[in-house]
Amino acid sequence: MGRELDRAPAPSVTIDGQGLAAWDSALVVFVGAVLEGCRARGTPVDTSGLPPEVGRLLGIAQESAAPAERAAPRPGGIEGVGVRALKRHVKLLDAVAFVGDTALALGRFAGGRARYRSQDLWLVVQQSGAEALPIVALVNFLVGIILAFVGITQLRFFGAETYVADIVGIAVVRDMAALITGVTLSGRSGGAFAAQIATMKVTQEVDALRTFGISPTEFLVVPRVLALTAMTPLLTLFADATGILGGAVVATTMLHQPFAGYVRQTALAVTAGDLLGGLVKGATYGLLIALTATLRGMQAERSAARVGDAATEAVVTGIVSIIAACGVYQYVFFLLGW
Amino acid sequence: MGDEVISVRELTMRFGDRVVIRDLGFTVRRGEIFVVMGASGCGKTTLLRHLLGLQEPTGGEVRYGGESFTSAPPEVRERMLRRVGVLFQGSALWTSMTLAENVALPLEQFTSLRAAAIRAVVRLKLSLVGLRGFEDYYPWELSGGMQKRAGLARAISLDPEILLIDEPSASLDPPTARRLDALILQLRDALGTTAVIVTHDVATILGVGTRALFLDGEARRAIAEGPPSELRAQGPAPVRAFFAGSVASP
Repeated sequence: MGRELDRAPAPSVTIDGQGLAAWDSALVVFVGAVLEGCRARGTPVDTSGLPPEVGRLLGIAQESAAPAERAAPRPGGIEGVGVRALKRHVKLLDAVAFVGDTALALGRFAGGRARYRSQDLWLVVQQSGAEALPIVALVNFLVGIILAFVGITQLRFFGAETYVADIVGIAVVRDMAALITGVTLSGRSGGAFAAQIATMKVTQEVDALRTFGISPTEFLVVPRVLALTAMTPLLTLFADATGILGGAVVATTMLHQPFAGYVRQTALAVTAGDLLGGLVKGATYGLLIALTATLRGMQAERSAARVGDAATEAVVTGIVSIIAACGVYQYVFFLLGW
Repeated sequence: MGDEVISVRELTMRFGDRVVIRDLGFTVRRGEIFVVMGASGCGKTTLLRHLLGLQEPTGGEVRYGGESFTSAPPEVRERMLRRVGVLFQGSALWTSMTLAENVALPLEQFTSLRAAAIRAVVRLKLSLVGLRGFEDYYPWELSGGMQKRAGLARAISLDPEILLIDEPSASLDPPTARRLDALILQLRDALGTTAVIVTHDVATILGVGTRALFLDGEARRAIAEGPPSELRAQGPAPVRAFFAGSVASP
């Protein structure tokens, strides 16, 4: 419109709306742009031919006061990268402080001085333990089947299919049961922990705890950390059994191995050290999932949209941290010759 | 001096990067219902969060009974807050607990009462707010007004000297809001509690307030303090306009 007015300057502009059968906000926006352009050029405008409602709407829009203070423009480009890096830095410091605070709260729990409700602890134990059992068992059973298929396919080249029980048993008990259980719990319990705590922040329930002098770390974080750290090794034990069972199903149906023989072969291959190592990994993964999930929940801002973000971040951070921990365990166990 | 329950001195508060209120000062005396009023976004709730230590000021201090709260270490703050009960705008009841459990939790954590005594105290507190018989209900099974009253029962669970109440009439219909105002007055008279109410509801301000402070969001400071009826009649133009429900002329 501005270009048009510059191209053909007119002594005045008339907007004729007589032929209008219907109109909407687009007309108001157009008329507003014409008025602004003409005002800047000192050109008078005749809008008497327009529906009166258009003039009223324009009047209301012009009356609405602009904010006294403009919001600072959101940083973009290199500045945006810098701002995000600084925020990461703050989040990292938050995480360190959170781990320290949780360690102190666990100390107070051990000394019987933590403020929490035992029924909440048992509820989380039930939710993250017994109620997670079916999905953990199913997923690990399927992983056992997959490992057995892969094992048979490769061992067949050497005529050593009967050793599939060794491969499945060692892989499941040493690593896969704990890892798969951890990933499953990260999605199931980790996401739930983060969403619960983030929601409590939105509804000011966390503030209410603080105003009563109840530490949210003791009341909300400690029960979840304890429950998941205790339940993950127990679930890993079930996962060991169902993973081996999955391998046995494949071996008995594909290789026609007797079930008892498969179990005996597994027992010979798997050592107590493998079993204990797997359980220790399970406990570590449980601790990591609970810590990352509760941290994400506590870091959530007081907005409903952040609840979903907290749950997503909890699952992603949980999975990444347990896989990283798995890598560290592999390296340490390798160095120790286990 | 002995009558000073809360005093705020040269308090400057920020919300994000923005200064909301600067150099705020006022004193709340024992037994009064002190109302902090002002238009939406003027910093009333932010002030309440500073009184509770949920946000830290960029300058100035909050004192409870002459003792500095702002510069106190966490364990001293915790002890000072034990004298304060809070009713949040959205009630903030713990949704995973029944009403009885909500009221009982502070008693379980901070008193040596036996379980039977705690149950009796819980029944009393819920009766005081008209919720006898609702002990086993969860917050989400109640109406907004009942949730507010349950929040009030929890706020008075430890017999606090001071009640901080954030927007008591928010999202309540007018009759329910007036009943809550009456309940606040009854509890003040019965328990001798000092109350600080943050609100923009003119009916609540005039109905329950002993003294009021007007926060001006544009000026970013308090521009008037006094009895609500006096402020309505003789306060500065923005305050009179606020009471009249109109826009102050510049």
